[in-house]
Amino acid sequence: MNIGNLPFVVAALLVAFGIYTFLFKRNLIKLVIGVSLVETGVNLFLVTLGYRTAGIAPIYTFAPEAERMVLPTPQALTLTSIVIGLATTALLLSFAVFIHRHYGTLDVRKVKELRG
Amino acid sequence: MNGISSGFGAWNPIAWALLFIGILVVGFFVRSRGNAGYKRGTGQTKVFLSGNEEPDASAALHVRGRHLYWGMVEGLSGYYRRVKELHTGVLSDYAAWFVGVLAVVFVILVLVR
Amino acid sequence: MTALTNHAPVLLIAIPLLGAFAVPLIGKLGRQARNTFVGLIALITAAFAGLLAAHIFGQAGAPSLYVLGGHQGFGIPLPSGLSVPIRIILEVDGMGAFMALITALIMLTGAFFSFSYWKERSGGTLFYSLLMLLTAGIFGMELTGDMFNFFVFLEITSIAACGLIGFRVWLKTSQEAGFKVMALYTLSGLFVLLAVGLLYGQYGGLNIAYLASALTGSTIDIVALGLLLTGLALKAGAVPLHMWAPDAYGEAPAPMSAVLVANSQASLYGLFRILFTLFGLTISVGALGWILIVLALLTIFVGVTMALIQNDIKRLIAYSAVSQIGYMLLGVGVGLAVSAAKPDFGFVAMQGGIFHMLNDAACIGLLFFVSGVIIRATGTRDLNRMGGLAHSMKWTSVLFIIGAFALAGVPPFNGFASKFLIYEASFKLSPFLAVIAILSSILLLAVFVKVFQAAFLGAKQEGIGGEVPMGMMVPMVALALVVIVFGLFPGFFVDKIVTPAANALWYGRDAYIGLVLGGG
Repeated sequence: MNIGNLPFVVAALLVAFGIYTFLFKRNLIKLVIGVSLVETGVNLFLVTLGYRTAGIAPIYTFAPEAERMVLPTPQALTLTSIVIGLATTALLLSFAVFIHRHYGTLDVRKVKELRG
Repeated sequence: MNGISSGFGAWNPIAWALLFIGILVVGFFVRSRGNAGYKRGTGQTKVFLSGNEEPDASAALHVRGRHLYWGMVEGLSGYYRRVKELHTGVLSDYAAWFVGVLAVVFVILVLVR
Repeated sequence: MTALTNHAPVLLIAIPLLGAFAVPLIGKLGRQARNTFVGLIALITAAFAGLLAAHIFGQAGAPSLYVLGGHQGFGIPLPSGLSVPIRIILEVDGMGAFMALITALIMLTGAFFSFSYWKERSGGTLFYSLLMLLTAGIFGMELTGDMFNFFVFLEITSIAACGLIGFRVWLKTSQEAGFKVMALYTLSGLFVLLAVGLLYGQYGGLNIAYLASALTGSTIDIVALGLLLTGLALKAGAVPLHMWAPDAYGEAPAPMSAVLVANSQASLYGLFRILFTLFGLTISVGALGWILIVLALLTIFVGVTMALIQNDIKRLIAYSAVSQIGYMLLGVGVGLAVSAAKPDFGFVAMQGGIFHMLNDAACIGLLFFVSGVIIRATGTRDLNRMGGLAHSMKWTSVLFIIGAFALAGVPPFNGFASKFLIYEASFKLSPFLAVIAILSSILLLAVFVKVFQAAFLGAKQEGIGGEVPMGMMVPMVALALVVIVFGLFPGFFVDKIVTPAANALWYGRDAYIGLVLGGG
């Protein structure tokens, strides 16, 4: 089945939802979810770039002819990006835990000791 | 080799330093010609505070960081009130600035293309 | 020696990276062993940076290539007979080598300053490990020739930098700063990745040289450019995207604030690389140059006026660091705005902006070190509760004056040499630019007069120890020497290292592309 440009639309929507969440939600955990959404959208975009109809991935012992082979660069990029995303999400969540411990709140509008 | 030139102006630090030292020497020479009748421990060495009594502890004479430039900040209070309002400390506002600048940059780049 | 020089680009990334993961292991052997190890790694890395710079500036800033993985013609031998060259390319030219020198200088002095500064505090192993990781990331950003690797190293620096800001989990504000900075770094990094994806989707390549040769200036390219420009401007701390910068520089330990500034400068380098080498003249450079100039003026003015009203010494110096980023943007922005016609003053502006990166790193490093000394002596960051430090710390106050004068552009220190070039060249474009730049420099001097008056002058206070120990004094004196030597002999350094670096951006696009793709 040909789904055309649908994955690109979904990726753009995910990025937009992520930015919306980041801008308008007040809970720090939800902000982290927003960042994760943006990241998922970008990852989906990268994976979609690498999709070729009826293409075959070149696994070492089973490489197809050149016309049907898919260069696995976007997949490699996505894997790297997922790993980086895991690290950043973990770091953000652990900061959120310590902010809750110190400030007693997760409201982004109340965590503003550093300003001016 | 030592100086730099911008094509319309030049800057040579060694020449500048020599001039600076020369002016210092002249300054000290003028100072040495001055009246040496200066008495320590008399009213001549007291701090003059607009005619007010001098506080005993010299720590009380130290102008603290907060009080420096009070007048200037007061004079610019309109500017400072606005610019401090921008640094809200709320993360969402910072991200909103980011998205806003992104939008402006897009508009400019697409318009001038 | 030549083998070492040839492998210097990859070793500059590999040595600190391996060091970062070895530090926690060596740390088990005790404090002394750990410090020796970190010092050794820092020295070796700096030596390689020097070697690489000597090589690159020896060939007048011409680019050099380092290929990881398959060489030309070598690829993955597939059973079907197809061979795809899979390799990662590091490409160093005058600008990259110049940035590597800055990073090496700050990393080396920062590490050695910390040995003494961090002696009585806990968390040292974590601290040095993150410092090494951050250094590896910064070197990677400066030496890579590949857009995706640039993103990966950008994220490595983000994670390591936020680790350094927030690793003292018992401090309330450091956690807040860590969260804010990490969230904004991640967001901007993701937009950079999106731009990389857009470019890959169009041209099927990630190599900067290849992309530069293939770019057509289509609408998608413009969108990618906008994303890259804004994302990297955020990481460099340009107003109005600077709000994280005072939090980050202010909450990190004092010696690490200097390294964070080097990290911001690396992002700025990435921005310049993208504007000049990747896009070059395929886009309307005049408009882009003016975007940079407007950002620069805002950065200079808002940074310095916000610094004036701070009462926290670290935040004050952080805001002045923000304002200095503006001068680099101004110099290069003026160059970019006129780069289509390539008049002489555009090149002078580029020289000034690039020279100011090195000068700013040395001065701001010195000032952050002095602020660390002040905080250590008084136990507070509040300027209102300090005073009289000059009675017991004569040498530190002299060093502070040197750093402050240099950053404010008072002759004959190095800050004046680079600002002189920026003033003259931006005056040529529009006198208004030079007026704002000079006015802000004067205000910056006023800012540091405030610090000097509040912290060093006044009556002697109780409970202040004597002069700082030798271990902290030596790195500060080293940076002060850099400040003075670069100030007294600017002509030599402009000729030898700044002009090749500016050349690499201004004229070097064809050489950069030709080295990878052949021909050219």
